[in-house]
Amino acid sequence: MAQQVFQLLLNGLIAGTILAVPAISVNTIYAVLRFPNFAVASLATVGAFAGYAANTWLGLPAPAATVVAFLVAALVGIAGDEIAVRPIRPGGLMAATIASVALTIALENVLRFFFGNEARGYNLPVLRDWHVFGLLLGPQEAKDFLIAVVAMTAVFLFLRFTRTGKAMRAVADNPVLADIKGIDPVFVGRLATGIGMGLAGVGGMLLALDTTVDPLTGFRAILSIFAAAVVGGLGSIPGAVVGALLIGVAEELSLLVVAPDYRTAVGFVAILLVLTLRPRGILGDRAY
Amino acid sequence: MLDYAVTVLTFAGLYGLMALGLNIAWGMAGMVNLGLVGFFAVGAYTSAILTVKVGAPLIAGALAALAVGAASGVVVALITGRLRDDYLAIVTLGLAEVIRIAASNEIWLTNGTDGISGLPGPWRGQVSPQTFNLIYLALTLAVIAVVLSLLQNVSRSPYGRVLRAIRDDPQVAAVAGKRVMRFKVEAFAVSAGILGLAGALYGHYTSYVAPDVFVPLLTLNVVLALVLGGLGSNYGALLGALVIVAFQESARFIGIAGLSAVQVAAVREFAIAVGLIAVLRYRPQGLVPERPPRLAAAPAAGRETRLDVAASGPGR
Repeated sequence: MAQQVFQLLLNGLIAGTILAVPAISVNTIYAVLRFPNFAVASLATVGAFAGYAANTWLGLPAPAATVVAFLVAALVGIAGDEIAVRPIRPGGLMAATIASVALTIALENVLRFFFGNEARGYNLPVLRDWHVFGLLLGPQEAKDFLIAVVAMTAVFLFLRFTRTGKAMRAVADNPVLADIKGIDPVFVGRLATGIGMGLAGVGGMLLALDTTVDPLTGFRAILSIFAAAVVGGLGSIPGAVVGALLIGVAEELSLLVVAPDYRTAVGFVAILLVLTLRPRGILGDRAY
Repeated sequence: MLDYAVTVLTFAGLYGLMALGLNIAWGMAGMVNLGLVGFFAVGAYTSAILTVKVGAPLIAGALAALAVGAASGVVVALITGRLRDDYLAIVTLGLAEVIRIAASNEIWLTNGTDGISGLPGPWRGQVSPQTFNLIYLALTLAVIAVVLSLLQNVSRSPYGRVLRAIRDDPQVAAVAGKRVMRFKVEAFAVSAGILGLAGALYGHYTSYVAPDVFVPLLTLNVVLALVLGGLGSNYGALLGALVIVAFQESARFIGIAGLSAVQVAAVREFAIAVGLIAVLRYRPQGLVPERPPRLAAAPAAGRETRLDVAASGPGR
């Protein structure tokens, strides 16, 4: 029993770290643009397909394919936002939210049109699981974990130390003041969308490495992603990491008590609990 | 051909009923619902389980669908009522997914992914299928007439003015002594009840409910119908539904050479999503803009639309 719990905890921490990548994506965009961007779901799928193409067509290994996933998702994300969401933003944040849902369905169907509904898998070496202190750990999972950590660290360093990163935090903190200081809000908005969607792409690829690549890869995870973002505090980047780790562990531990299909419902229950007890999320809504 | 038109009109009516349901919560009280298909599913399953598994009469099933739908609306509104709109968007979207998961997994109750078939319909089997379709269209239109007159009365009544006041500025409404939370819960409950009733009507028409009917795309269709028709306008909701269903049906006949069934479906779903984006961008007030009630100030100049107002919740 204890053995099983520890195994689930380990799995949960790894799953949570991977989940943190798209959750940061939601909160980065929310911090700057103040709306929940559901297009994250389809850009995760775009990233999964881009990584798949890089991996199976070009023969790139997973870490290099991640870079492709980031770039393609960032570019498609910015383009989609420019066409479908940004022009609508002056019409209200709810209109932008709905436009982002429409964008997700549109992109999903572009992928469905070209790739069909069938599930695909990455071309990965099959490796034997490692035994660590009596627990099982897949080498691929360990690698995914490292990729997620590297991607997150890069974002933290960017926001912490670069001039553009500071500009982004300034807009998130106080858009009016940032505007007075001459920071271009449109540029920062585009940057947040690009980084956010790029991260969503990386997250989608990491999710797909563990499951399958198909037009719904990202959408299937949407509840877990938004649960992580809300639990940690909508708009808070460290919050996204805390929320994702909690959701990841809770989803795995739920296997002890409910059927596996209900794993995604855990996120929903977590959202309701947090909204009832602590609506601002665990770390509140300060961006950084 | 006539039979086909009758069927299409019935589906348009069901969409219209859902759009009306969405309108009282979103259009009037400013509470968005991105998981309305969940309440629709709750109604459809409630009535299906009661009539098929318990053997209750159809009317009892439909009324129970209304009641259970409304009750689930109360729960959602109580949890999210004090929070900003973006949380309501996330919670409703999540709820619909959870309901779909539950419907696929609680096999003892819902038959899982097989769905429940053999739902009774009024005089089904006793009259010819064509007559049944006509009867059902009449029934759907009658329900719409009742709901429409109810909502129009609400809209014109002081109650409707309070809802619009809450939508436009909850703080001002609260200062004016209106119990904002109570009005929000009631509006959301009525909305969810109408969605539940629409679900029951759907189930008894097709005689079959299954989890894969209740997909997010259905929500998007209804949101598009309402935004296209004119958020806040009941007649707009019905017109929008008619246009959407007409579009979907005409798209059915356009066979595109060399495309597989999956690709044709993808093109259709893509068109709906792009249509919604285009309406939000180029005609956010819709085909039948909400008419400002008498005594109200002239609409502000510029691009302001109902969507703005719906977006400016408390704390912003």
